[in-house]
Amino acid sequence: MNLGLSDEQQFLRDAAADAFSRVKTVEAAREAIEDDSALPDMWPTAAEAGWLGLLVSEENGGAGLGAYDAMLIAQEAGKVLAGVPLLGALPASMLLDMGGSDKTEAVAAGELKASWLPACPPSSIEPRWTVEPVEGMARPDAPTATVDGDTVTFTGTVGWAPDAGEAELLVVIGVDSSGEPVAAAVEAGASGVTVDADWRYDATRRLATVTLDGASGTKLDLDAEQIARAWYLVQALIAAESVGTMETALEVCLEYAKERYTFGRAIGSYQAIKHGIVEILRRLENSKSLCIYTGFAFSDKPDEIAYAASCARSVAGAGLDFTARQQIAVHGGIGATWEHDAPLTFRRAQLNRRLVGGHGMSTDRVADELLNGRGPVVSVG
Amino acid sequence: MDLNDTPEQAEYRKEVRAWLDANKADAPILQGEGALTDPDEILVAHRAWQGKLAEGGLAGATWPKEYGGQGIGPVESVVISQEMQEAGVPGILDVIGVGMLGPTIIAHGTEEQKQRYLGPMLHADEIWCQMFSEPAAGSDLAAVQTRAKKNDDGTWTLNGQKVWTTNAQFAAYGLILARTNPDIPKHKGMTMFIVPMDAEGITVRGLRQISGEAEFNEVFFDDVVIDADSVVGGEENGWGVGLTTLMFERLTIGLGSSSFGYRATRFAEAIMADPVAANDHEVRHNFGELAAELEAIRWTGYRSISALQDGQIPGPEFGLAKVTTVNCAVRAGDLIADIVGPEALDEDSEWAYMISFLPGLKSAGGTEEILRNTIGERVLGLPPEPRLDKGIPFSELRAKEKEGASA
Repeated sequence: MNLGLSDEQQFLRDAAADAFSRVKTVEAAREAIEDDSALPDMWPTAAEAGWLGLLVSEENGGAGLGAYDAMLIAQEAGKVLAGVPLLGALPASMLLDMGGSDKTEAVAAGELKASWLPACPPSSIEPRWTVEPVEGMARPDAPTATVDGDTVTFTGTVGWAPDAGEAELLVVIGVDSSGEPVAAAVEAGASGVTVDADWRYDATRRLATVTLDGASGTKLDLDAEQIARAWYLVQALIAAESVGTMETALEVCLEYAKERYTFGRAIGSYQAIKHGIVEILRRLENSKSLCIYTGFAFSDKPDEIAYAASCARSVAGAGLDFTARQQIAVHGGIGATWEHDAPLTFRRAQLNRRLVGGHGMSTDRVADELLNGRGPVVSVG
Repeated sequence: MDLNDTPEQAEYRKEVRAWLDANKADAPILQGEGALTDPDEILVAHRAWQGKLAEGGLAGATWPKEYGGQGIGPVESVVISQEMQEAGVPGILDVIGVGMLGPTIIAHGTEEQKQRYLGPMLHADEIWCQMFSEPAAGSDLAAVQTRAKKNDDGTWTLNGQKVWTTNAQFAAYGLILARTNPDIPKHKGMTMFIVPMDAEGITVRGLRQISGEAEFNEVFFDDVVIDADSVVGGEENGWGVGLTTLMFERLTIGLGSSSFGYRATRFAEAIMADPVAANDHEVRHNFGELAAELEAIRWTGYRSISALQDGQIPGPEFGLAKVTTVNCAVRAGDLIADIVGPEALDEDSEWAYMISFLPGLKSAGGTEEILRNTIGERVLGLPPEPRLDKGIPFSELRAKEKEGASA
């Protein structure tokens, strides 16, 4: 049994940390709240590092790496709140590659920006493909898809899609008249496409609401399971990113708890503070274990991808939520002001818990998989 | 990323599996259908099974060969427990003896002690119990008050009380931590002894838990005289010897128990049986949260094995696994009983048993709060709470405590 990182994975992780260190990401996260233009464009960073082709097969010009490798980069991004377009670009490139798109090579090379519009696979209590609502609890059906040969025409609206505002090519998922999912590559500038780029609360996350009104694109040759995989990949990436953010917050809390004194003692000596910080550690370690499981499921146990990735998002999502609040609590009043970075973690956590299904949907998916007999198959040796 | 055995482990697994295939017909049924119910019968059958496992080299396999073990590493010992679980056979009876006390005697005992005690312990001819905790010495274990006084002929006289003593009702021997010098600071004045449990002056009393069953005991010592050669690890070295036992305790709990059997799939079956529950948003949310955390613990276990195999010591995730497991199981018990209703609290229900068992498990082997202190201080390097007992002779400390309590 070996769950450690390979030399290549360590290199990938270190290279990501190095790439982010050259951009003042945390400062940008703060400044961009007041000034949109302060957010650095990280698409070129991702292109130069080869991340846009990370999940693309080698014959299509990619690196042919796996989900866990992508998660390592997401973790590094999460540590420094880097606004890198992984959540939109990586699932898009994966689906284009698997679906045989002739645009794949350009996307992998970073010459064409592609982004995925989130679509959630059915569950036993929501037995249909749904997309993010613009507002409210009711999840709309995925856009309707009319297939004519290689051309698919979509009508519908997808709310709050990460990174879609800057994309030139959208990977859209709709459902045909029989309720089966259909994926296609649609030019962002195509007739019938309206992209409303925006952001909320966490300025490092660029979002867009995309309306498709008879917008056509080229069909991707994908089955339902492959299409669903994009959803779980993004759950896994958000989990890994959250792990990174939690790691940084833990370090920041520890440093402060050791140096800040009240009543003649370092505050970290009080159980109330100490136990709260240990709770961050507990949730962080559980999240890490589930990220490892998710990576393993993507590489070795495809039947467990939905379950593993949902476990990871559920635990890491709740973990980041807790951590963001605990970090403020450890720091006292100052933690709730712009004098500190804790509000940036908090903004990240607040948006995260509502993005791409929110971690609540992943929690429900964990239950759904287990209650329908699709839990993990445990075998040893 | 690789969950597979190394070639050597695969070979070892094959041997273990072959032995279990050949011998599992002799294993007693302790759970589920056809399980033995009479405590005496269970004891006899489980003892015999441990003897069998010892003959096959599957009990105490991490012990050195010279004392009856196989000298294997912790990863191979995990292979044994995995294969036993797979074969559906129970493990050894005397987990405390073989897993914790035997290794302590191997580390600190005299050669005579090793020759005399280890063999019968391994084969379950003599069961052992661990007598460390007391009514006023649990989290603060070094506060033990059970007194051992040296007599003129070199023998010792024990007086005091121990508690939470598993298996004391049928144990042949116990390892006891007692105070031998109250006039020096508390960690320094203790000594570890081996006590024959049939010695005159020992009273064992079952301690009934919430379920009504007595899985633990209280043990009282009234002028119990033990031999001079019963000291383990030298006089006034009891704390160091005890730490060895506690280290093996963590290893035994961490690697051997596979989450105490609290698995998400087991709870899922109970919820699936009620279609209304299985489609209820709140039930699903609760269940999803606890199931995901329990799943994390399974992978935390794999991480620990991977680290051990790499020659590393398992990290902090290891110590917090118990906290996660217990709290998730508490939630699962509440959730399932909420679904089933009062019937879940029937005395014969597995859920009633679990619900009753967990509040005690929360403190077993160290309370959640002490565990969080230890990890906060040892792993995260946070400063300890100020202590009022450092460097003060134990007798003086006790006097202060009494004064404080009456003020």
